[in-house]
Amino acid sequence: VENVRLLDRFSSRKAVLGTLYLTATHVIFVENGSDTRKETWVLHSQISSIEKQATTATGCPLLIRCKNFQVIQLIIPQERDCHDIYISLIRLARPVKYEELYCFSFNPKLDKEEREQGWKLVDLNEEYNRMGVPNNYWQICDVNRDYGVCDSYPTEVYVPKSATAHIIVGSSKFRSRRRFPALSYYSKDNNASICRSSQPLSGFSARCLEDEQMLQAIRKANPGSDFIYVVDTRPKLNAMANRAAGKGYENEDNYSNIKFQFIGIENIHVMRNSLQKMLEVCELKSPSMSDFLWGLENSGWLKHIKAIMDAGIFIAKAVAEEGVSVLVHCSDGWDRTAQVCSVASLLLDPYYRTMKGFMVLIEKDWVSFGHKFNHRYGNLDGDPKEISPVIDQFIECVWQLMEQFPCAFEFNERFLIHIQHHVYSCQFGNFLCNNQKERRELKIQERTYSLWAHLWKNRADYLNPLYRSDHSQTQGTLHPQIAPCNFLYKFWSGMYNRFEKGLHPRQSVTDYLMAVKEETQQLEEELEILGERLANLQKSQLGDNKVKSKQQDRSKQLGLSTSNNSLANTPQEYSNELKSFPSRSPSQGDEEDSALILTQDNLKSSDPDLSANSDQESGVEDLSCRSPSGGGCLASEDSGKDSDEAVFLAG
Amino acid sequence: MEFAELIKTPRADNVVLHRPFHAAVEGTLCLTGHHLIFSSRRHDAAEELWLLHSNIDSSEKRFVGSLGTLVIKCKDLRIIQLDIPGMEECLNIASSIEALSTLDSVTLLYPFFYRPMFDILEDGWSSFLPEQEFELLSSVTDEWRLSCINRDFSVCASYPPVVIVPKSINDDELRKVAQFRHGNRFPVLSYYHKKNGMVMMRSSQPLTGTNWRRCKEDEKLVNATLRPGKRGYIIDTRSLNVAQQARAKGGGFEQEAHYPQWRRIHKSIERFNILQESLIKLVEACNDQSHNMDRWLSKLEASNWLTHVKEILTTACLAAQCIDREGASVLVHGSEGTDSTLQVTSLAQIILDPRCRTIQGFESLVVREWLQAGHPFQHRCAQSAYSNSKQKWEAPVFLLFLDCVWQILRQFPCSFEFNQQFLIMLFEHAYASQFGTFLGNNENERAKQKLPQKTMSLWSWVNRTEELSKFHNPLFEANSLVIWPSVAPQSLQLWEGVFLRWNRPSKYLDEAQEEMINIINYNKELQAKVNVLRRSLAELEAGTRMHQNM
Repeated sequence: VENVRLLDRFSSRKAVLGTLYLTATHVIFVENGSDTRKETWVLHSQISSIEKQATTATGCPLLIRCKNFQVIQLIIPQERDCHDIYISLIRLARPVKYEELYCFSFNPKLDKEEREQGWKLVDLNEEYNRMGVPNNYWQICDVNRDYGVCDSYPTEVYVPKSATAHIIVGSSKFRSRRRFPALSYYSKDNNASICRSSQPLSGFSARCLEDEQMLQAIRKANPGSDFIYVVDTRPKLNAMANRAAGKGYENEDNYSNIKFQFIGIENIHVMRNSLQKMLEVCELKSPSMSDFLWGLENSGWLKHIKAIMDAGIFIAKAVAEEGVSVLVHCSDGWDRTAQVCSVASLLLDPYYRTMKGFMVLIEKDWVSFGHKFNHRYGNLDGDPKEISPVIDQFIECVWQLMEQFPCAFEFNERFLIHIQHHVYSCQFGNFLCNNQKERRELKIQERTYSLWAHLWKNRADYLNPLYRSDHSQTQGTLHPQIAPCNFLYKFWSGMYNRFEKGLHPRQSVTDYLMAVKEETQQLEEELEILGERLANLQKSQLGDNKVKSKQQDRSKQLGLSTSNNSLANTPQEYSNELKSFPSRSPSQGDEEDSALILTQDNLKSSDPDLSANSDQESGVEDLSCRSPSGGGCLASEDSGKDSDEAVFLAG
Repeated sequence: MEFAELIKTPRADNVVLHRPFHAAVEGTLCLTGHHLIFSSRRHDAAEELWLLHSNIDSSEKRFVGSLGTLVIKCKDLRIIQLDIPGMEECLNIASSIEALSTLDSVTLLYPFFYRPMFDILEDGWSSFLPEQEFELLSSVTDEWRLSCINRDFSVCASYPPVVIVPKSINDDELRKVAQFRHGNRFPVLSYYHKKNGMVMMRSSQPLTGTNWRRCKEDEKLVNATLRPGKRGYIIDTRSLNVAQQARAKGGGFEQEAHYPQWRRIHKSIERFNILQESLIKLVEACNDQSHNMDRWLSKLEASNWLTHVKEILTTACLAAQCIDREGASVLVHGSEGTDSTLQVTSLAQIILDPRCRTIQGFESLVVREWLQAGHPFQHRCAQSAYSNSKQKWEAPVFLLFLDCVWQILRQFPCSFEFNQQFLIMLFEHAYASQFGTFLGNNENERAKQKLPQKTMSLWSWVNRTEELSKFHNPLFEANSLVIWPSVAPQSLQLWEGVFLRWNRPSKYLDEAQEEMINIINYNKELQAKVNVLRRSLAELEAGTRMHQNM
């Protein structure tokens, strides 16, 4: 469709004209004219909602909201075209079969072997061995070999050695969806472990001997401790309500040596609404500080993030400081339980704070234990009530920790953002389906590519320059503060306003340091080469003693003078293409002058979208903020013609 | 008056000091005329805490049996607690602290007693003179002159002795203009934008009153800053409503009819007790140790602190935009022209002028736009967030300015020569200091009290290599461009470095800072080595060639 206008979110007057294309996998908007011909690519699977608004004199507006928090506003001249696009997109954004998803057509031009290698990058067997199991207390159990006991569990799970198949099966019958207690994390140092399960089917009075034995077995697997914590991550009220449906929570009287604890994290529906409310705040046109803070508080989002973090902190403390094992569950044990177990593991074990370790952690606590990716992230058309930003919240917890412990993580913010993006993109097979069983049936590993291999290949982009494996922050357990005024939970504009570049810091410390480190590496190499060449030259001159001694004197002299006034830090290495920033909004009669400053037009809408183009090699980098200098700009071209003073007339 | 009279118990033993995130320490407490000194000699690590009495914002005492507890709240927002055995000792110490922290006379303050223990390389009192500033200006334009009309502070009590004004206005005219402006603060040059020759002026409100008085000389002066056929903008830091109300009290604003070449823009920057209340609420929220997320956010919101930050930054950006983008000159004023006006003019310069983002340039900016421009530091910074006095002239105007600078620094982490420690240091010294720089309300008072002769300047101390190294931003790369910060709520954050400074361990963030410095220093070191090798290689090769040629 031609002559479509793409609107700037902040000002209705600033719009670019271009052509809209619909392909089997993407919506593509190509700007007319300008030399750059900026392109905006949006994967169908990223589309979260499409809204057709009332036709105006200028055309028919179409609002596309994406799951990666991009919002695109189009105006299409013809009502009929708009309707056609609307209908097509609705269909395209709601695939009904897995085979329609992008990962089945995405081809990064790797051969079969490379693809297989990619899938082998993250190996959970290896991970359990790293943790130190199997050992005297834990063994792999094969009762779920063909998903016979629990279809949402992996085939291989670790259980206490003293738990017989009879106990496991018995316990599984007493747990929602038969998700029996299994090992999530094992601490070699003190034998304490984190186990996970679903809620017991206890109702008001039911008991299950095998389940009681199962918990006993978990306690015995940690000989140093005479009790275990059972953490129910639901609010108490929700857990009580479940009892009426024959589900519920453990009765301390029936289980010997357990300490039962509620940590109230709200359910997926509350979280979905909370995110919705927060996104509405992000979308406000020019909010006042109060609007923003009030809206943020009202959304409850940060409160929920804190609840998840607090639960993780509690468990990490129990394991590391008290040496007590913990069994975690919520209702089905695949949402809150996954969040909490992975936050706790991250706090406990520095390995999970490395790039590879983080991939392993997601693979272990989310993918293998049957987090319902398809339902939660709406990959296939399904029940909208199943959708909820569960892993988004975990990813944000990690970011909040990164803000408090800047040297503790091997990866940077971009790594998290790109993982979030791909949870929704369906470009790679990792997060397809709801559990391992479905993925095996679909032969995902043979038909699609692994995200982890893709991220690993581009790992240089995801490094945290402040990370050093021998730094104190990369050792042992992290101990975050708890009170909100100490552990400052911040709004993550890098994620939720990801596409509003104008809101972000204009210069990125991370990118600057990455560039410096890259240069440092080149210097190291050059130093070596120069050293060799120098040595060779000197050797070749051995014949002439006079010259040699003179040269040595000279070089000694130079070696002492450390000051050098040549190009200190070679700015020429960094791209210096920072976009022009504030040409002001020409909207007439705007009541608020603040709009002038707010409505910056540097929304770089044609960000090379991560998944945008299969031809782009990695397609991932947004280099625009690399430049350490710059940031401002000389008068932008249009500032002259924009200067209608009407704007200032307010008041 | 002898300080000894105020100190009945100069020393107490077995005092226990409590601070957040530090283990309690036992030691000896000593009181001197200007300091509270706590020293502990337990363990190997002897520790001393020196606290200026003038830094104490408020103190509270309470007793459990004969054990007295003194909670001391400081202007730099720190809170410490001292357990003092003995009721009499505690009462004595409490009353001494009370008396010594609220001395009436300026000349009794520490700066008059302080003797520096360092070599003075350059006297900070004469580091930033208007004459030097004018010299820089006259190298690019000759449309301005230095007027000594205020030599004896007779024309305007809150202006410095010399000011920069348009060349075409003579001193007699200036006197008339002064009569027409609140507090006699006639329009003077604040900033000259070299790129396009546009200027920023500042003044106080015109005294138009209810009957629209006018002053031909004022109009002439203001218009003298305009290029032929060009328009200018008057940025009034008050809302139109407030400005209208000011007319009833003899104040007012420039009417279009009399200033046809100017467009007026009203913004609304809060003043005085509203700001003080905001600070008090914010600090209260930051000190609330409860674990409840909702309460934290709603308290942060209710304090309105970030709203003020946003409003000030927005107005400054607007002024900068008028000058740089619209190519128009700007006049900024509110009522007195000593508070919000200075916030706007100084922030606009940080946005526009790369020089202001260097350490020296920023010091010069603070001297020009705050000290010489007559921001009443002594009144505004008399008390901080814990005070109960609630005097109407107390207001964290300067702290808000520093907060805004920090917000820009956060958005442009590589464009400033200084780091946030530099800003925090200025905040501390504005409220309590051994130096005389921030004493007095204007140059007039400073001259009368002979501060330059009797006290040491902060700049004499700061501008030495050892001190400067603490304030240097390792990421700095000179950026000659105009920097436009974002003022969207998503882009503004609470200044943790000041407001959460004492409430949480900063270890992890400090380590990150250190790591950053290491990375950059290592890079520079390698760069130097490579250059040395390159040079000697080049020489060797040249030598070889010569040798071969021979």
